[in-house]
Amino acid sequence: MSPMTLKPGSSAQSAYNLRSTLPESHERHTLSVLVDNEPGVLARVIGLFSGRGYNIESLTVAETDHASHLSRITIVTSGTPQVIDQIHAQLERMVPVHAVTDLTVLGAHIERELALVKVASTGEKRVEALRMADLMQARCVDVTLESFVFEIAQTSDQIDAFIELMRPLGLVEVARTGVAAVMRGREPME
Amino acid sequence: MTTEMTGAEIVVQALKDQGVEVVFGYPGGAVLPIYDEIFKQNEIRHILVRHEQGAAHAAEGYARSTGKPGVVLVTSGPGATNAVTGMTDALMDSIPLVVLTGQVPTFMIGNDAFQEADTVGITRPCTKHNWLVKDTDRLADTIHRAFHVATRGRPGPVLVDIPKDVQFATGTYVPPEAAQTHTYAPRTRGDRAAIEAAVDLLEQAERPILYTGGGVINSGPRASKLLRELAAETGFPLTSTLMGLGAYPASGPAWIGMLGMHGTYEANMAMHGCDAMFCIGARFDDRITGKLDAFSPGSRKVHIDIDPSSINKNIRVEVPIVGDIAEVLEEMLEIWRARGSARRDTAAWWKQIEAWRAVKCLTYKPSKTSIKPQYALERLEALTKGYDRYICTEVGQHQMWAAQFMGFDEPNRWMTSGGLGTMGYGTPASIGVQIAHPGALVINVAGEASWLMNMQEMGTAVQYRLPVKQFILNNERLGMVRQWQQLLHGERYSHSWSEALPDFVKLAEAFGCKGIKCDDPAELDDAIAEMLAYDGPVIFDCLVEKHENCFPMIPSGKAHNEMLLGDASTEGAIEAGGAVLV
Repeated sequence: MSPMTLKPGSSAQSAYNLRSTLPESHERHTLSVLVDNEPGVLARVIGLFSGRGYNIESLTVAETDHASHLSRITIVTSGTPQVIDQIHAQLERMVPVHAVTDLTVLGAHIERELALVKVASTGEKRVEALRMADLMQARCVDVTLESFVFEIAQTSDQIDAFIELMRPLGLVEVARTGVAAVMRGREPME
Repeated sequence: MTTEMTGAEIVVQALKDQGVEVVFGYPGGAVLPIYDEIFKQNEIRHILVRHEQGAAHAAEGYARSTGKPGVVLVTSGPGATNAVTGMTDALMDSIPLVVLTGQVPTFMIGNDAFQEADTVGITRPCTKHNWLVKDTDRLADTIHRAFHVATRGRPGPVLVDIPKDVQFATGTYVPPEAAQTHTYAPRTRGDRAAIEAAVDLLEQAERPILYTGGGVINSGPRASKLLRELAAETGFPLTSTLMGLGAYPASGPAWIGMLGMHGTYEANMAMHGCDAMFCIGARFDDRITGKLDAFSPGSRKVHIDIDPSSINKNIRVEVPIVGDIAEVLEEMLEIWRARGSARRDTAAWWKQIEAWRAVKCLTYKPSKTSIKPQYALERLEALTKGYDRYICTEVGQHQMWAAQFMGFDEPNRWMTSGGLGTMGYGTPASIGVQIAHPGALVINVAGEASWLMNMQEMGTAVQYRLPVKQFILNNERLGMVRQWQQLLHGERYSHSWSEALPDFVKLAEAFGCKGIKCDDPAELDDAIAEMLAYDGPVIFDCLVEKHENCFPMIPSGKAHNEMLLGDASTEGAIEAGGAVLV
């Protein structure tokens, strides 16, 4: 294809994923970042986001490979396609970053988040809370005569829905882990 | 081969093994063990600056003029924080610096100890990477890695923070070959298909332009040589950013001047009107593009850059190539030659460019009574042309005039703070350059306001007998601020002049160097000749026209084809929307 016949702004010859979308469209992306588990690495990643004005909707981090001291950071972020590409490139050029995978671009992947939801109620509401938890596949991990603590491992949207269900039934407080994600299928991300 | 040494010995040994010849530094409590080791040897020369910011800028001047990393050694706390501006400057302009800072002993970190600062925390956003070394066994490896990271890929500053107990303790030394550097290996070879697409564009362009930047210089002398070959073989016009001046000679046939906010009319109009743009080692900075959605609307763009995050950041391009400029240009030329591509007829395009050039956008109104700053630089250029010459600048109007009126025929001859725009950069930078090139003529073109910001470094120049020439265009104003206030803020000159300037000639004498003052255009040539003839540092106080504005100018928020060419065209030229931009 001759570059002279390309439409200006087109991405046909691009090594990058320049999805053409409306300039103001915001997209939500889940990025998986494999980093050296060295002091300050999380501060570096967070500093990049705050320093350049990017959004963090959720961020989780833990060492996933103890032998080679590698941690996986899963970040849910949002922005225009151009900003998402910038985030990808900015993360990738950081010295302790080994690989950045945009799961939203790659397609089929699993996202899960864990929440602990405390509900205090008595009588009919207590029974209803238990029934709803059962329907939503939340597990009761602590119980007293006036309260439950439910554990729910689901997508963020379903956790939101569960919390909304619990609100009228005596919701006390919520702790959430943020999103962890992997690709579907047998291949690893990197 | 491994050897046991103290941490301080490891630092000095690692610097020697990295081929370091000069360290710019300032001692203090937390680096005393390292200074003790420096005292005991003669291979590495230590240059004592007068302020840590000066150390960082001097190291930048050294690095920019040699292509080698500049090394800085400062103490903990204020030593480190004073160097922050220099590191940020180096980060913005992609200059390799290795900054070694002392730190309070590991067992005192976090206790608000004397001269403690969270150096790695403070410098995390202004370095490419940094390390706090808590174990002497890790010290040699970390320093070698620091040099590796600073110089590979897009160069930049790195920092190694070394607690005092780590300097005293004994550990194992490893040589550079044994260091763990493999984990950082940025891609240098461009994608073949993309390079072929770029050559397609070279062949088909009717109104092409080569837009080059500091990346060509950072890539090394081979990149400049290949750029010249590319320009010669294609016959395309070439413009450059402030950072890239000298990669292609200003005397070359393809040269159409610098582009951007204060670039030439012909360069900016060619950028606006081209149908094919080849961006080589530049980054579409806001000083270059002006109004983004009106930037070069009719062109297909190729962008070659070693940093993937520079590509598609501000301007979307059709052909992105991630790679080292020299490697990519070599492959591009190889494909171009293998195809036997005919040189495209660009005569009509050149005719158009010549018509733009005929506007003579750098014309200024000459004066017989006062020295015009442009005239001063024209004379400086003419009288120093034959010299082995390096030019540094401060930041402001004088910087733009120097870029417009001085020509650079070789890379690494022009040291200026581009991205960060650091006033106070030039004096220490000129010292770093002169250290690297003892026999050369090193001139710092300065404004009096910028120059005062780091004038203490004249002490360094005198101590090391560095014959740096401080050529100060003194308009008794913060010229660029005054110009913006005139154009954008209703001529309300809020705090843009100094009522108490020093007598620069007496100041020179106080420092122990030569002072020259000139305010008469008729005497200027003789005064410059006197400066050049003097074997030692000179402070040249050139009193210039106080209210001269720097033109041409693309006002903020405007497109390339909406340039202001002179005072007559400034009336109401900048709207409210443009005034909020810098």
